[in-house]
Amino acid sequence: MIKNISNLGDAALYCDFGNEVNKEINTKVIRYFKSIKKDNIEGINNLTPSYNKLIVSFDLNKTSYKEIKKKVENLSININEDLLNKKIEIPVCVEEEFSLDIKRLEKKLKINSEKIYENFFDKNFFCYMTGFIAGMPFLGDLDVNLRAKRLETPRVKVPKGSIGITEQFANIYTFESPGGWNIIGNTPLNIFNSFKEVDPNLINPGDLVLFKRITKNQYQNYNE
Amino acid sequence: MNKNHFEIIRAGVNSTFQDKGRENFYHIGIPFSGAMDNRNYLIANKLVGNNLEFPVLEFAYQGPLLKYLGEKINIAITGDVSFKIKKGSTVIDGICYQTFTLENGDELDVISTNKSVYGYLAVGGEFDLKFQWLSCSTNTKANIGANNGKKLENNQKINLLKINQNLNYKKLNYINTRIENIRVIKGTNFDYFSDEGKKIFFEKEFTISKLTDRMGMRLEGPNIENIVDTNIKSEGLIKGVIQVPADGNPIIMLSDHGTIGGYPKIGVVISADYDKLVQLTPGSKVKFKEVELSSAETLFRLYDLETQNLISQI
Repeated sequence: MIKNISNLGDAALYCDFGNEVNKEINTKVIRYFKSIKKDNIEGINNLTPSYNKLIVSFDLNKTSYKEIKKKVENLSININEDLLNKKIEIPVCVEEEFSLDIKRLEKKLKINSEKIYENFFDKNFFCYMTGFIAGMPFLGDLDVNLRAKRLETPRVKVPKGSIGITEQFANIYTFESPGGWNIIGNTPLNIFNSFKEVDPNLINPGDLVLFKRITKNQYQNYNE
Repeated sequence: MNKNHFEIIRAGVNSTFQDKGRENFYHIGIPFSGAMDNRNYLIANKLVGNNLEFPVLEFAYQGPLLKYLGEKINIAITGDVSFKIKKGSTVIDGICYQTFTLENGDELDVISTNKSVYGYLAVGGEFDLKFQWLSCSTNTKANIGANNGKKLENNQKINLLKINQNLNYKKLNYINTRIENIRVIKGTNFDYFSDEGKKIFFEKEFTISKLTDRMGMRLEGPNIENIVDTNIKSEGLIKGVIQVPADGNPIIMLSDHGTIGGYPKIGVVISADYDKLVQLTPGSKVKFKEVELSSAETLFRLYDLETQNLISQI
């Protein structure tokens, strides 16, 4: 199922699943990721699944490219196995103070904000990958009518909890951070909890996400 | 209660607690972190009689000025560092790679690193630090790790949990060497660059820019031309990866790097050269030299053997 395995430097495997970005390929990546993680292979110290690649990093003191490559090639992956993904609802408030780019999007997409939200809320999103900043999920696929480019000049500070969209994806800013995605709302839910010993992140690759619209009152009184 | 502790009179530019790094969190966006220069980290711990994987204080350029209050304790500083120890009215010039014993009221002034970036302070004993996911390593961007994920600040305190009773003097004869040639393995997107661009990468000199920190090292030099799209679909990164964005200037991912990125990877610095790479100061000139995977593996074994040898001499 992996098209090609090569080395990324001397301490990582670069597993290439193809060049397209779609759920089918990404699901393969996630299956491998979960399988390798479960197997606890000696020497592997990190796994980074993305749209269509999987990086397997290892400790050069303990193992080598050849050894890890062989182990990954010999894995038996059940392609029909369910991903056992969680279904997660994310409450989002779209009041003016949170939907920083809605006016821009109305112009760009030539549809009104209500139509934008209608096409965004209560739709199934699939988590392709998590990362860039701690816990940030990359969710797809966005309705074709909502696809827009990034901001030409990224914001220096995107508020924590912001919901951003660009091209075929939506994301959630788990921390205040620089960023160039079009911000359409904000969630009061804590997506990344660095105080948790296990599973500090709420959304993992392969999970399903549904955005639910809430009022400002619900946002302010939100209690996890 | 007279708990053994340090008072931070001056925190320094970027002083953080670091250890061997944090494994198995790339997939949720948390980098490896850990001591940038692993060899100097290990040696510092060995000098003061610690477990090699204990957290130490890493500083960059200007280090901290600390006042020590408590029972006698051994300290050691590694790297290429100027420091002084004030015992009342006596001032002792510090020497790297040997132990000094601090007594109640002594001050340790880590003035600066010399022609290098990072230095390490180990104390004989254990800092009172909170571990986060099996590591104390601090990532100040995501506020993860010891000291609430923040760098040290003026006027804060560092408490000690335990002090090694053995105050034997230890010394190692070692001088850090600098490198100018960085050895790299071709990256997975090497063919995204023009023939001219590839040639430039392996033949021309690059200068390390001021925009360099624990996340990444930016380089300036002749433009490396890209012939395929400059934005690839975001994928995983590891430390040492050299990405080239549209402006043609390479960026090397360092220990606190973002876990995924979307620029083509022209090369990856070999593991054997990482400790030396991170010590290069802004303005330094470097050249990249290509090596094959098998040589990189041999070079790492040799480098590691040398490190183990140094440790066993202490």
